[in-house]
Amino acid sequence: MIPASVLAVDKLCVDARTPEGLRRVIDDVSFSLTAGETLCIAGESGSGKSVTSLAIMGLLPKTSLQIASGSIALEGRELSRLPNRAMRSVRGGDIAMVFQEPMTSLNPVMSIGAQLTEAIREHQGSEGKSADATALRMLDAVHMSEPAKRLKQYPHELSGGMRQRVMIAMALSCRPKVLIADEPTTALDVTVQAQILRLINELKREFGASVVLITHDMGVVAQMADRVIIMQSGRIIEQGEAVPLFGAPRERYTRELLAAVPRLGSCSGTEGPPRKGAQPAQPPAADRQPVLTVQKLDVTYGKATGWLFGKTPPLPVVSDVSFEILPGQTLGLVGESGSGKSTTGKAVLGLLPFKGNVVIDNRNIAGLSQRQMRPVRRCAQMIFQDPYASLDPRMAVGAAIAEPLVIHGLANKGEREDRVADLLRRVGLAPDSASRYPHEFSGGQRQRICIARALALGPKLIVADESVAALDVSVRAHVLDLMLELQETMGLAYLLISHDMAVIEQMSHNVAVMRSGRIVEMGSRRSVFETPRNAYTQALIEAVPVPDPRRRHLV
Amino acid sequence: MRVLKTMIRQPSALFGLFIVVLVMGLAIAAPLIAPYSPNEQMFDGLTLEGAPMPPGAQFLLGTDTLGRDLLSRLLYGARTSLVIGLVANGIAVSIGLLIGILAGYVRGLFGNLLMRFTDLMMAFPALLLAIVLAALLRPSLWIVAMVIALVNWVQVARIVYTETRGLVERDFILAERALGAGHLRILFHHILPHLMPTAIVWGTLGIATTVLLEATLSFLGIGVQPPQPSWGNIIFESQSYFQAAPWLVFIPGAVILLTALSFNLVGDALRDILDPTQRGRG
Repeated sequence: MIPASVLAVDKLCVDARTPEGLRRVIDDVSFSLTAGETLCIAGESGSGKSVTSLAIMGLLPKTSLQIASGSIALEGRELSRLPNRAMRSVRGGDIAMVFQEPMTSLNPVMSIGAQLTEAIREHQGSEGKSADATALRMLDAVHMSEPAKRLKQYPHELSGGMRQRVMIAMALSCRPKVLIADEPTTALDVTVQAQILRLINELKREFGASVVLITHDMGVVAQMADRVIIMQSGRIIEQGEAVPLFGAPRERYTRELLAAVPRLGSCSGTEGPPRKGAQPAQPPAADRQPVLTVQKLDVTYGKATGWLFGKTPPLPVVSDVSFEILPGQTLGLVGESGSGKSTTGKAVLGLLPFKGNVVIDNRNIAGLSQRQMRPVRRCAQMIFQDPYASLDPRMAVGAAIAEPLVIHGLANKGEREDRVADLLRRVGLAPDSASRYPHEFSGGQRQRICIARALALGPKLIVADESVAALDVSVRAHVLDLMLELQETMGLAYLLISHDMAVIEQMSHNVAVMRSGRIVEMGSRRSVFETPRNAYTQALIEAVPVPDPRRRHLV
Repeated sequence: MRVLKTMIRQPSALFGLFIVVLVMGLAIAAPLIAPYSPNEQMFDGLTLEGAPMPPGAQFLLGTDTLGRDLLSRLLYGARTSLVIGLVANGIAVSIGLLIGILAGYVRGLFGNLLMRFTDLMMAFPALLLAIVLAALLRPSLWIVAMVIALVNWVQVARIVYTETRGLVERDFILAERALGAGHLRILFHHILPHLMPTAIVWGTLGIATTVLLEATLSFLGIGVQPPQPSWGNIIFESQSYFQAAPWLVFIPGAVILLTALSFNLVGDALRDILDPTQRGRG
């Protein structure tokens, strides 16, 4: 017997209003969701996966998006033409949604308890005591520690994982038939992600809800999905059961997407990152001088708080960190949010005040002024996480790339233009992009621009802070390849900072694992990933979702 | 040139630009165009009862209470008012930008001192300050312009300060520091261009207010000294005759309104055109 479908989307088309007229953003999307099933909608940014979920919720922004045709039926009841008032009771009642950013989707000035009971009152009509009791029970159900205390707390007092638990509690408090989770774990650390995914699965069984999980992470898809939908530019490319889809994808795009997913353990048994060029690897450089040496690095934020008596010293963010990087090698610095890895990266380049010694290319930068730092900056550059944020939006790309040359007084105008064209070609962009502005490029192209700018001065060391975290998997793979290739041809050393174990594994010669401002384990890539000694490192590796539905270890 | 071309393509900006150019042209050419001397109290400028003449063939826009030709006074008044509106206001915005950007970028004790000084200026009644300044210095057009500039920069400084603080935290400023850019470069190449929209909006909005502030000062006898005309003092001199001679208030009022509106339209268009992130968008 075919199980009854809870949610059926049939030939859904959504149009966006643009100055040039209507443009189709969702084209002929059909799928159905059976009771108790987990359906994953996967795709890269711009594929229309979030718009699909908003259309189901009736939350499309009216000024820019509209349903053109098709139907959305919840247990046979048509939703797409439901008046707003009726739709409100469906939202949160029959269909609930969990958003990506748990901080921004909770009201920061209302206590957790007030927000939970509000949702419960709205949909169940229960009052006072009973609503409070339900709220408490829900927090208990999402395994919140000390639920009674949490009810009185405010969102900023909770960690990201706890906030997402609150969101889930809120979504499930009215026992919805369908739970839509839009990138519920993207903003969370891997270990927390594993907990949340486990929780969603457990609650799905307990509450008998169907789940629509929207994500770009094929690892998460493999761990969670019964069925998978792969979307690209508003269309469904492929749809099917998880195991056969991962095992033998029919469509080319799916194959490419799956191939681009970095797999933990794919480099096991080798020492360095994969080589891009044909030339043999350089001989091991035991006698070479390290390009970066860090000794006993300490960074604290803020000043001592308190006054006169009971003065509490400022909190150390990074303490007692030491490492060195040889030319042409990569040190992967991995850790979860708040571990101090980004702070380390900034301190190493003298962008933050620090204690200890940092020697870049035989020059100790401790205590150097901005002006004295300038020659050092020529051999040490940085690539940031968000390429859009790190480019001045009011500056043309060519000017941005030429800027380091201007700052350091190198090259005249003509030479600079040649150099910019050169650099743009080097990172795989057309030289005529120089006159365009950052907003005219895609995310991957912007990161290439940032790389070109970092290369302008011919540095020996590049600090790459989460440089691919904001990019789609296929784009990410290309940027990583570019970085590897540049390392080979230019002998660059990288300090690669990332939370993504797979990226670290693919790129690094050596790996340092950070937790709460300290390095807990450091060693060659091979030793850290294949024989991790520290329990935390093991937990980190353990928590990475494997993109293979036959190997479910998280749920 | 690109700016001009784009502007001509937008009807509202073109209208604004036309009025602005027209007003400036008329102000400069006032001695050539004005049918009478602005300060001459004409014998036939008043009716037999001594009331001002309504607009007619002899006096196109009528005469004021002293029998002076309103059109001539408006033309000469445009010179005064444009100096006040453009120069005084321009100086005010410049001071505000400088103080705000420095305080926002430097912070620390220096930044705090600057901002507390700004707060102090803000708390001080602007009119009182202007009266003191104008009383100490002998009133003339340029002194009035300076006085207005000195009381009008505070709001700009406050807003610029807040914006600068936000900008300093942005990643691209950190990226500049990582490239080794000096403070001046960061301030003037990377922060200042982002403040231009704010400066343009304040600059154009301020034109109408400063023209009227000048009128207030003139009314109190510490502004532009009579008989020198300005748009503001034409209105103020005649406001008690509003019922008997409405054109004396209405016409200069409409002129101020139209001019301020035109500057705003031009400013708006300029802001959009100068913003590269708007390029290629609808």
